Amino acid sequence: MLLQTRALSIRIGNKPILENINVRVDPGEIVTIIGPNGSGKSTFLRSLIGALAPSHGQITRSPGLSIGYVPQRLHIDETLPITVKRFLQLPKTSPLADIREQMANAGAPDLLNQQLMSLSGGQLQRVLLARALLEKPNLLLLDEPTQGLDHRGAAAFYRQIDGIRQQLNCAVIMVSHDLQYVMRRAERVICLNGTICCEGKPETVGSSSEFQALFGFDGDDDTLAFYSHRSHHHESGPVREAV
Amino acid sequence: MLDDFMIRAALAGVGVAFAAAPLGCFIVWRRMAYFGDATAHAAMLGVALSLTLSTPMFAGVLLVSLLMAVIVSTLSGRGYAMDTLLGVMAHSALAVGLVSVSFLSGVRIDLMAYLFGDILAVGKTDLAIIWGGALLVLIIVGYRWSALLLSTLNPDLALASGISPRREELVLTIALAIVVAVAIKVVGVLLIVAMLIIPAATARRFSRTPETMALMAAVIGACASVAGLRFSYHFDSPTGPTIVCVVAFLFIAFNVVHTIARRMGAKLKTRRQVHE
Repeated sequence: MLLQTRALSIRIGNKPILENINVRVDPGEIVTIIGPNGSGKSTFLRSLIGALAPSHGQITRSPGLSIGYVPQRLHIDETLPITVKRFLQLPKTSPLADIREQMANAGAPDLLNQQLMSLSGGQLQRVLLARALLEKPNLLLLDEPTQGLDHRGAAAFYRQIDGIRQQLNCAVIMVSHDLQYVMRRAERVICLNGTICCEGKPETVGSSSEFQALFGFDGDDDTLAFYSHRSHHHESGPVREAV
Repeated sequence: MLDDFMIRAALAGVGVAFAAAPLGCFIVWRRMAYFGDATAHAAMLGVALSLTLSTPMFAGVLLVSLLMAVIVSTLSGRGYAMDTLLGVMAHSALAVGLVSVSFLSGVRIDLMAYLFGDILAVGKTDLAIIWGGALLVLIIVGYRWSALLLSTLNPDLALASGISPRREELVLTIALAIVVAVAIKVVGVLLIVAMLIIPAATARRFSRTPETMALMAAVIGACASVAGLRFSYHFDSPTGPTIVCVVAFLFIAFNVVHTIARRMGAKLKTRRQVHE
């Protein structure tokens, strides 16, 4: 076990955001969190890094846990000059070879001497990922990492995450709004709406009535059609894509 | 050498400039200018306190600025906006300070000296306090530099790396209180914030990393102190305000130079493109 929450509840002010969350993440596992806007996805990730104290329940972290966190967005104040290279050395310095390796891993090799402020949304996401990887994490937290990427960019990003996961053997908790991807490629899905409404394999989640009510699907929706197509394959033989 | 009051004054100015430079950068980056102002105003209460208890000025000012910094840090985000809280506390402390000073019988103090500083009256003990405080601040900020920087960039990233942004903020406010306490003699309560912010703001456009910005701010502040001292000697103008005038002039001059350089650079670029 890397990390486990038991009956976790989070309030911000007097407003309950998360209620009774039980999640357990094992080494090397990839968990995808989906849910509508304001369902507490980012709040959940932020509670895992300790930014928000639980109002109830607890979070257990294994002793060797090292978290790499990629926030949803990073606002860089224009008063603060900083190059990508310097940013990647915070809080601790790493050898330049490691920095180059992780920048290549994250898919952004030649940005080192740019100002952080001048990067596009997609470039900044990659720099944030490289920085998270430099911490040699065994748990990677990604908050909507494909935001600001087009379809092709998002697909490439997911492939990179897979590669990184195999290379570092780290677990991943990822918030995604990309249902197409989730239904096709995810291993374990948690559908969040203030509380966990359903979880399990994409097939199980996709067919649950809570999920369909939440995302407003009727029977003809593309995503679900695709999902049933996939599950059909599953029945006809053990064809499994490398995820 | 230290027997010459001009040399003592120059050393005092340079010491304050060095301590103020890295802190000033953080104040600019975190948009905390008002926080510096408030701490400085509250220092007036510290002056009154030291006069009443006849303790060294530095001790009273440090105590009140520290108290102010800690209280505001703890109270922020609890029902009142930060600037409202600071406004209430800073100006109350300033007013209480001024009123209590007026009640002290038998003591005639030169209020102007605390509002605008009296760098020419810096003695050897003052010099020791200023440099001691400056070194202390530089050590604190240097030791916490990376953690402070990451907390400033993004508190969540700091947390994920095991750094507590709240603790770093406290470190910063304590360092700020120390700078205010040592700088009061040099530029006074009203002009301390100018020495914190203007050198950092001047350095901004010419720096690519946080470190170069802090170093440049230190050099700019130190040069302005020495130059301001000379000017005030020549023109017989009040020294603290003259130093701030020089910094302000540098800020404008650097910005004009930067704008012209950029325009010329752009012109050269288009000319080159036309030639090609």
